[in-house]
Amino acid sequence: MTIGIINGHLIDPASGISARRDILIKGGTIARIGESLRGSENIDAAGCIVAPGLVDLHVHFREPGNESKETIATGSCAAAHGGFTSVVTMPNTNPPIDDAGTLELVIRRAQETACIKIWPSACATKERAGKEMTEMAELKAVGAIAVTDDGSDISSSWVMRRVLEYADMCGLTFLAHCEDSSLVSDGVMNEGFNSTCLGMPGMPRAMEEIMVERNIRLAAMAGARIHIQHVTTADSVDIIRRAKARGIRVTCETAPHYFTLTDDAVRSFDTNTKMNPPLREQSDIDAIKEGLADGTIDCIATDHAPHAFTEKDVEFQLAPFGIVGLETALALVISELVRPGVITIERAVELLTSAPANILALPAGSLREGGPADIVVFDPAAEWVVDPEEFASKSRNTPFAGRKVFGAVRATICAGKMVYKTKNLG
Amino acid sequence: MMTPVRTWNRKDLIGIEELSRPEIELILDTAPQFVAVSARESGIKKVPLLQGRLVVNWFYEPSTRTRTSFELAAKRLSADTLSIAASASSSVKGESLHDTLANIEAMHSDIIVLRHYYAGAPHMLAKRHASHIINAGDGRHEHPTQALLDAYTMLDHVRTLRGDRHATLDGLRVALIGDVAHSRVARSNIWCLTKLGARVVLCGPRTLMPPEIGRMGVDVSYNLHEAIHDADVIYALRIQLERQQSCLFPSLREYIKLFRIDRESLKVAPPHALIMHPGPINRDVELAAEVADSSRSVVLQQVTNGVAVRMAVMHLLANQPGRRTAPAATEERAP
Repeated sequence: MTIGIINGHLIDPASGISARRDILIKGGTIARIGESLRGSENIDAAGCIVAPGLVDLHVHFREPGNESKETIATGSCAAAHGGFTSVVTMPNTNPPIDDAGTLELVIRRAQETACIKIWPSACATKERAGKEMTEMAELKAVGAIAVTDDGSDISSSWVMRRVLEYADMCGLTFLAHCEDSSLVSDGVMNEGFNSTCLGMPGMPRAMEEIMVERNIRLAAMAGARIHIQHVTTADSVDIIRRAKARGIRVTCETAPHYFTLTDDAVRSFDTNTKMNPPLREQSDIDAIKEGLADGTIDCIATDHAPHAFTEKDVEFQLAPFGIVGLETALALVISELVRPGVITIERAVELLTSAPANILALPAGSLREGGPADIVVFDPAAEWVVDPEEFASKSRNTPFAGRKVFGAVRATICAGKMVYKTKNLG
Repeated sequence: MMTPVRTWNRKDLIGIEELSRPEIELILDTAPQFVAVSARESGIKKVPLLQGRLVVNWFYEPSTRTRTSFELAAKRLSADTLSIAASASSSVKGESLHDTLANIEAMHSDIIVLRHYYAGAPHMLAKRHASHIINAGDGRHEHPTQALLDAYTMLDHVRTLRGDRHATLDGLRVALIGDVAHSRVARSNIWCLTKLGARVVLCGPRTLMPPEIGRMGVDVSYNLHEAIHDADVIYALRIQLERQQSCLFPSLREYIKLFRIDRESLKVAPPHALIMHPGPINRDVELAAEVADSSRSVVLQQVTNGVAVRMAVMHLLANQPGRRTAPAATEERAP
C-alpha cells in the first residue's frame, strides 16, 4: 500500500524546495517526491503546505513523577495535534533523568506509548543540583540526545566549564537555561514598569544576559557546542549575534510567547502569563523578531510546560512557571511572524524543522526520498480560535485562550502513520 | 461647577489605578456624612445602612489599625461582622483562596475585606465571586482605602485652611518619603494623588525606589531637602527594619541621617507643611517623635477619617445609591 499526499505546496528548507509537489509514502519512508504522483490512498492537500514534521527542542512531558500534568502519551498527542513529529524532552522530571536507569524507563515508555518520536535529554548534573556531573558517556550510549539542567542554571562557573568540556567529549550538546538566580531569588515577572505598578518581584533582563554571556564565554574557552534555551531579551540576541560573528559554536532558540506577548499581559494577574524566563517588553519582541529574520536565532521551540488547572488557579506569586505550547506554536508563528511579513513561510518552516534538527543532528526535519515519512500538512490561511478544551494535552495552561489565529494543522504523519488528522481533510 | 458623579457602578474596590477621578471624588464626597456619624454629640455612632448585611474581615497579615478600622466602619453601619485571621501556612498547605471564599459565601456574606500578602489576590477573587471585595492591602500592590483616607485628610485640611468647601488637591505638592519599593501605600497614594491633580515627589534611598516609577507620573529625588523644600504635605512611609539585612541600606543610623523627618530636616520645608504617616510609626526612625506629636502632624486625624472613608466605601459598594438595578455579579465563572 502507498499513501499519496497530493496537490499540496511542498516546503522543504533542507533541499530548498518550495513548489507544487506530491509525495508518495510507502511503509515508514518517503518513496518518491515528484509531480503527478498517486498512491493507493491519497490525501488531498490542495491549498495546504506540506512540510517536514515539526521539530521541538524543548518540551516537558512530566513522566515520570507528574503524570497528572502530562504523560509521554498525552504529550506526544499534543505534539501530533500541533504538527510535531520529533520532540526533545527535558529531564526535570521526578526523579530527574540523571542516570541510565531513569533514562531507560523514559525511552521504554516512549516506545510503548508515544505516537511521535521522543528524543530524551538527560541532566548535566546529578539531581540537577549543579554540583557533580552525570555519567554522560553512559547516558549518551543509552540514548540521551543532549544534556541540560533546564529549569535552573549551573551557578558555579567551575562546574559549568567542566560540564561543557566533558559533554563535548561525549558528543553531547549542552542546552543552557540562562538565569543568574543570585541576582533575584523571588522574581515572578519581568522587572520594569509593570512589576513596579503591580508591586511584584521582578526578574531583570540582566539575570538572563549575565548567564548568556558567561555560558558563551565558557563554551568558547572549552571549544564546546552550546545551545541557549528560550532567549527573551534584546541584549541576549545581541550577545549571541556577536558571539556567532566571532565564530563561537553557539545556537539558540526562542518560544512563540516571547514574540507574541509583552508583560502588559501580566496586568491581568492571569497565572498563564507566568513563565520563566518571563514575558518582556515590546523592544525585546522587536529584537527577537529581528534575530529570527537575520538568523541570529536559530530555531523556535515551545517550552511546552503543562500544569494542572488547580496548580495554576492560585495567587500569581504562588503559581508554578510555564505554559503549554505545542498546539498553538505553528499558528502563532504564522500569525505573528509570517502574516505581518517578519519572515517568509519558508523561513518559518525552517525555524520549526531543519534548523532545530540540525542543532542536535536529529534524523528529522527534512523531506527526502528514502527518508522517514514525518510530514505535516497545514492550511496557512485557515483562521481559528484557540480553545484549550480542545487540546490533546492533559493541561490547559495557555495565555492564548480565545485568541484568533491563522494556520491550522490538517494532518500529521509520523513514520508513515497518520497520527493526527482533521475531519475536513480529503 | 462640574456636576459630580452620583452613582457608583463597581462591584468591588480593588485598586486606585483603575478608578477615574470622578469615582474617587464620589467616595471622598460620601465620607463627610460618616465623619458626622462618628462625631455625633448624642454618642450614638450608628446608622442602619448595612443592617442585616454580613461583612467579613479576612486578614492573612497581622493588622491592628486597618482591621479595627474596617470592623468599626461595618459596625457603625449596623452590619454583622466576622473576622477571619488566616495564617500563611493554611493557604499554602490547605484549601485554595477560591475554596475558602466559596465557603464564606455559602454563609451569605455581602462584603469581603481582604488583606493578603500577595499582589492580585483580591483581583483574582473579585473576578469569580459575587461578594463585594474590598482590598485592604495586597502584597506591595495597592491599599486603596489608605490612599482614600489620606486624600480625604489632605482635602479636609486644604478646605479648612483656604476656607473653601470646594477646594481641590489640584497643584498640591506632596512628598512621599522612604521605602517606596515595598509600599502598597505609596503606590495607591501615587495613583490617587496624581489623578486628583496633586504633584507628587518621591524620596528615599535609591535601593528602595522601584524601577521606572517615574512613569507613574511622579518625580524622584534622592535628596530630602530637595524633595520637601516646597512641599505642602510630607508623608513619611514606614521603614521595615529588616530591609537592612537584605543589603538595601547600610544602617538605620545612615537612613536617619539622610531621610528622617525631624525638626532639623523640616527647617527647609514650608511652615504650613502637613506631616502624615500611614502607621504604625517607628518613632525616631522615619519620623521623629517631636514631629509626630507636633501640631502639624495629622496622623491621628488619618485614623479618625479612615473609619468614615471605609464606611463610605462599604455604603457605596453594598447600596449603590442612585443606581436602579443591581450590577451583574460575576464576570467569570469557574470552569
